[in-house]
Amino acid sequence: MVDFLERPGELMEAYGQDTERKGFFTDTSICIGCKACEVACKEWNQNPMKGDLEILGSSYDNTGSLGANTWRHVAFIEQGQEQIDKARESGARLVGLGMPAFGAPETREPNTTEDLGMPEFGSPGVRIKNKVDNPPNPDTPEFRWLMSSDVCKHCTYAGCLDVCPTGALYRTEYGTVVVQDDICNGCGTCVAGCPFGVIERRDTGTIHTKPDRVDSRYSMDVKHKGTAKKCTFCFDRMVDGQTPACAQTCPTQSIQYGGREEMVDNAKKRVTAMHEKGLTEARLYGANPNDGVGGIGSVFLLLDEPEVYGLPPDPQVPTKDLPKMYKKVGIAAAGMLAAAATAFLGARKK
Amino acid sequence: MARFSVLGWPVFRQAKSKDKLGRGPAVESPKYANMRPRTEDADKVVQSVCPYCAVGCGQRIYVKDDEVIHIEGDPDSPISRGRLCPKGAASEQLVNTPVRQKTILYRRPYGTDWEELDLETAMEMITERFLEARRNHWEDFDEHGSPVNRTMGIASLGGATIDNEENYLIKKLFSAAGAVQIENQARI
Amino acid sequence: MAEAHPVGFQWVAEAKARGAKLVHVDPRFTRTSAMADKHVHIRAGTDIALLGGLIRHVIENDMWFKEYVTHYTNAAHLVDEGYQDTEDLDGLFSGFDKDTGGYDNATWQYEKDPYEADGIAKDMTLQHPRSVFQILRRHYSRYTPEMVGNVTGIKTEDFLELAELIGKNSGRERTTVMAYALGWTQHSMGSQFIRTAAILQLLLGNMGRPGGGIMALRGHATIQGSSDIPTLFNLLPGYLPFPVAGKHDTLRDYLDDAVPKDQKGFWSNGDAYMVSLLKAWFGDDATEENDFGYQYLPRLTGAHGTYQTLMRMFDKSVDGYFVLGQNPAVGSANGRMQRLGMSNLKWMVVRDFQLIETATWWKEGPEIATGELKTEDIATEVFFMPAANHTEKAGTFTQTQRLVQWRHQAITPPGDARSELEFFYDLGVRLKEKLKDSTDPRDKPLQAMTWDYPVDEHGEPSAEAVLKEINGYYTTGPNAGKPVDNFNQYKADGSTAGGCWIYAGVYAGGINHAANRVPGKDQDEMAHQWAWAWPANRRILYNRASADLDGNPWSERKKLVWWDEEQEVWTGKDVPDFPIKRPPSTKTAHDTHGPDALAGDDPFIMQSDGKGWLFAPKGMNDGPMPTHFEPAESPVTNPLYPQQESPSRVLITSRGNQLAPAGDQPGAEVFPHVFTTYRLTEHQTAGGMSRFLPYLSELQPEMFVEVSQELAAEAGLEPYGWATIASPRGAIEAKVLVTQRMQPVVAGGKTVHQIGMPFHFGVGNQALVTGDSVNDLLGMTLDPNVYIQSAKAVACTIMPGRRPRGPALVKFVEDLREQAGITVLTGHRRLTFERDAETMEVSDPPTLTDPEPHTGE
Repeated sequence: MVDFLERPGELMEAYGQDTERKGFFTDTSICIGCKACEVACKEWNQNPMKGDLEILGSSYDNTGSLGANTWRHVAFIEQGQEQIDKARESGARLVGLGMPAFGAPETREPNTTEDLGMPEFGSPGVRIKNKVDNPPNPDTPEFRWLMSSDVCKHCTYAGCLDVCPTGALYRTEYGTVVVQDDICNGCGTCVAGCPFGVIERRDTGTIHTKPDRVDSRYSMDVKHKGTAKKCTFCFDRMVDGQTPACAQTCPTQSIQYGGREEMVDNAKKRVTAMHEKGLTEARLYGANPNDGVGGIGSVFLLLDEPEVYGLPPDPQVPTKDLPKMYKKVGIAAAGMLAAAATAFLGARKK
Repeated sequence: MARFSVLGWPVFRQAKSKDKLGRGPAVESPKYANMRPRTEDADKVVQSVCPYCAVGCGQRIYVKDDEVIHIEGDPDSPISRGRLCPKGAASEQLVNTPVRQKTILYRRPYGTDWEELDLETAMEMITERFLEARRNHWEDFDEHGSPVNRTMGIASLGGATIDNEENYLIKKLFSAAGAVQIENQARI
Repeated sequence: MAEAHPVGFQWVAEAKARGAKLVHVDPRFTRTSAMADKHVHIRAGTDIALLGGLIRHVIENDMWFKEYVTHYTNAAHLVDEGYQDTEDLDGLFSGFDKDTGGYDNATWQYEKDPYEADGIAKDMTLQHPRSVFQILRRHYSRYTPEMVGNVTGIKTEDFLELAELIGKNSGRERTTVMAYALGWTQHSMGSQFIRTAAILQLLLGNMGRPGGGIMALRGHATIQGSSDIPTLFNLLPGYLPFPVAGKHDTLRDYLDDAVPKDQKGFWSNGDAYMVSLLKAWFGDDATEENDFGYQYLPRLTGAHGTYQTLMRMFDKSVDGYFVLGQNPAVGSANGRMQRLGMSNLKWMVVRDFQLIETATWWKEGPEIATGELKTEDIATEVFFMPAANHTEKAGTFTQTQRLVQWRHQAITPPGDARSELEFFYDLGVRLKEKLKDSTDPRDKPLQAMTWDYPVDEHGEPSAEAVLKEINGYYTTGPNAGKPVDNFNQYKADGSTAGGCWIYAGVYAGGINHAANRVPGKDQDEMAHQWAWAWPANRRILYNRASADLDGNPWSERKKLVWWDEEQEVWTGKDVPDFPIKRPPSTKTAHDTHGPDALAGDDPFIMQSDGKGWLFAPKGMNDGPMPTHFEPAESPVTNPLYPQQESPSRVLITSRGNQLAPAGDQPGAEVFPHVFTTYRLTEHQTAGGMSRFLPYLSELQPEMFVEVSQELAAEAGLEPYGWATIASPRGAIEAKVLVTQRMQPVVAGGKTVHQIGMPFHFGVGNQALVTGDSVNDLLGMTLDPNVYIQSAKAVACTIMPGRRPRGPALVKFVEDLREQAGITVLTGHRRLTFERDAETMEVSDPPTLTDPEPHTGE
């Protein structure tokens, strides 16, 4: 029986090329909130601006969230001392529960296929012993301003890809998840399939400037109207050996790009280094292969609980339970075929 | 639409590969299978410098058919190492923004709207006004009889994105014309 | 720095990753603070008190670098007997002129000693009461941690932490760098802010050394270049002063005064720099017989800065105004005055990419809405000339570390767009053509001006040819026409021409070194083969100070330039900033001058005594040492001296430029808060290069005001609702950001609320995002050295809701002024104390009664 959950490794092998899974490591502890990633992404991908042009009421964030046109999004969170203390405690607790040996792990839970050794979120927490010996206890600052550049997670088990009825969403030879704009018909199934709320269907019209302006000179026509859009990992740069636009432009290397394993490794080292300084608020996000999406391609170092950044604490791929429903792959394939046909016909009518 | 023959449908193709569920190579469209960066079409790549702040980040300007198609950081620069801030990253729009004013406009005294002017006419009008203003407010000597050789009828205020060579000609021309009220953002 | 220079900040991030400590001192908690190890909340405009406190701390706790200070600074020099300090005169130095606010610096001079080779009396033990070191020590003796706290609002423990950090991180093994931007310069004492930092860095031995210095983080691509090759009224290229009537009537007068021969250092060669400039400008017409055309140059009769020029517009004394890539309707202080001033012009030329607010004020400006201006009544002719951008022309920018970088042209400018180079070249050709037959001597300079640059097929002159002229070239002899290699080849006899002596070498050997582009990864960290730095491709100025008295690096860790005993030359990682073959043991000989007079321990080769100046006997118009005064219209009474504000600040008296009462004066409560202005990462200055770009506009789409939670509660401000902010000059509205990033400070015994507002927005119908301009609230109170406006600490009031519309807005501001009892002379008293002759007690001086306001409306 074929496990319904696809695995990037197998699909990458199917290309018959010797490619490695690529990943981002977004280290929010050195993000300066400049938003260069948002702009460089839009410029390269020729995405339109959002049309609101109004202060959102969210500190310095005025693009709000990831969406059809914004594929990198920087969140700004202002926190007082109490919240910082809590974050430090919650991060330390991830360690205190038996963690972390930032080197060799001592004990593992059953079924763990990968050494995590890190404070990490998501379902089955991997508990590893050996605390940092006598970490320093730095003063808690009175205030901090968290900044974090969010992006598509390029999940190991990608809900969007699993539910896409047309084959528009696919796994590339680099293990990334990409929407093919020439195939997508805008059915929107993937939108509900994403546990992170990343993918979005693009408007069918023109992006207009805010309503009280009569001036339409700034209106921007969108490409690929009505199709689902999200970060492509700059697929068109990646195939040429180039770095994705966001990582290329990032002034402080808060966004790193490379082999996914290397990224996870860098992230772990960085968390270790911070914990050794007593900065126990640091934690990994998305590196746990046992979480509900099998780990993600774009791992993060966070300085507080994921919810603080608008990230789900325990993301679950919605198709995880599908194998129970479809006993045979043939049924599943037939279902998908039907959906694809319907969607395709729908598209042709336009 | 030709590639959408029934046999080309991804769900049929997938059966033939290791990609049993149609989530990888089996469904990759020719467009994506042959994806290349759009800068590959550039006629040339020109090394430049970002026009915003004074860090002086290196830029690579990608040009096709005498138009800028993309700007990104120049990894060769020991200052910026290929990185750009949001302003630098947006500088392609500085070049190509749809509202850029590319023609000369003229507002006549008491006029309520712009009018168009051709370059030659505009330059002649400015030259004549320059000479007239220079004459109107010319001073040969100050109140103590020291020579001043100047006009106070012309002033200039320049931004600090004007090249050194440009500032040089501006200073030279205005000084030779006797205009001293020549200023720059550097004071502001 | 993370806010306004994000890519430069990568080096700070890198240093931090290697263990460097980053402290951010700012009235606001910014994106830079978020990255810092420590953020120090300071009351805006009080940096001299903080830095003065650090100077005191470093001296009193023996943290200063003794060898460095004794030998490389003027610490040992004795000052004239007649010198009196602010400690003696309640905030004034000797030589103050009550009428002008300026100083006669005669008593600030060094004591003469004919037995010393350089003629300066010294005490190398630094103990003499009139030694610079002891004067400095006394001057800052009252800047105790407690006093610093009382003035700046900085907690004592924060101050001490900072002081210890800086002190311990300086010396042989370590250096501390200070970086600043307009938070230090846009004050009525801006120049003195920088001086205070320089004194501190000299005391710590942080100048001329790697990882040290004071970094000016300039905000525009070539703001450095705009001063080097200045479009500034008071300068000629290469920091030669512009001639002043009465003082510089002849070339000889000019040279004797501006670049005297009988001083140490390279300014002594100023005659060669000046004559070469005149040769470059007037070519064959510049001969020894006519003083190389010196008489062709116009003269100054005072300050002709942008604000003085604005006031002359109201007198109908300025006919024409060129505005080049600049947006004074939004970006200059007192925006309303700027726009009203322009309505008094006969004509103006606006050259830009977009229809910026300076091009459209006559139909879309705020004064049209208030009824103060009517489009059909405005006589000003406006020419909008589209400009070419950085991809459409070749040329150089000089970035913030003096690096001159060439941009290659990528495309041709669209439509009528032209570069400034082409526009001014064309204008010059037309002017010369029209005047070619004139016999009027006034037209002679334009006739004589060299203006023969090769042009390409589009009419664009060759920027490289201009760069060659800037570099300089031989006019005679076998090398005639060939570029010089360095400024030592400049001659005062007319045999060389050169447009800017400090740029000599950029075109050495006929090669455009600004275009050098060996990738950084293929070079060492100095990267000498990437572009070209003035002077002489030197990356760190005064780098002889990186070595000790014997010429050895102060430490292995901090080595940069050193004396090679065997080769008998200065060598190292950078181009040595010293006569290359002069041994460190060299003593100054009697009767020498210029570079020849530099001793082996004179690292500051542009100074007239070869030393770094802890005390400035000349060059500053408002005192030889920085002194804390309150900003104009400060709510705090100066805790340090009875003198409230800088007595030398430049005041512009006008009904459109009135000031709020300061301290505890009646009416001060009407404008009780202080606002500060700043740049956001997402925008550029007055918005001409950002508010018209969709990708930047969406990131910061609206004007906002940042207030503390305390002030929001006190004033009834709703988060993300509207607020009206008013100063005696105007009122604007903005969306409210209530944030812990803003904090009230306690200073002078009172709680001061600080408010933050970005300066990017302006009123018009063309930009994608618009908003009220904070610069409409600024007054024009200027620094007396460089005439920059005070923009970082300004009085205001804030209230919930949107501002009044139409004529009601004018009335609203008038009412506030009336409520505060403001007249055109409010805040204009130069001296805020008098001494009772009998009791010697300090009292208020009599009120001013002699109004001479400028019309200004």
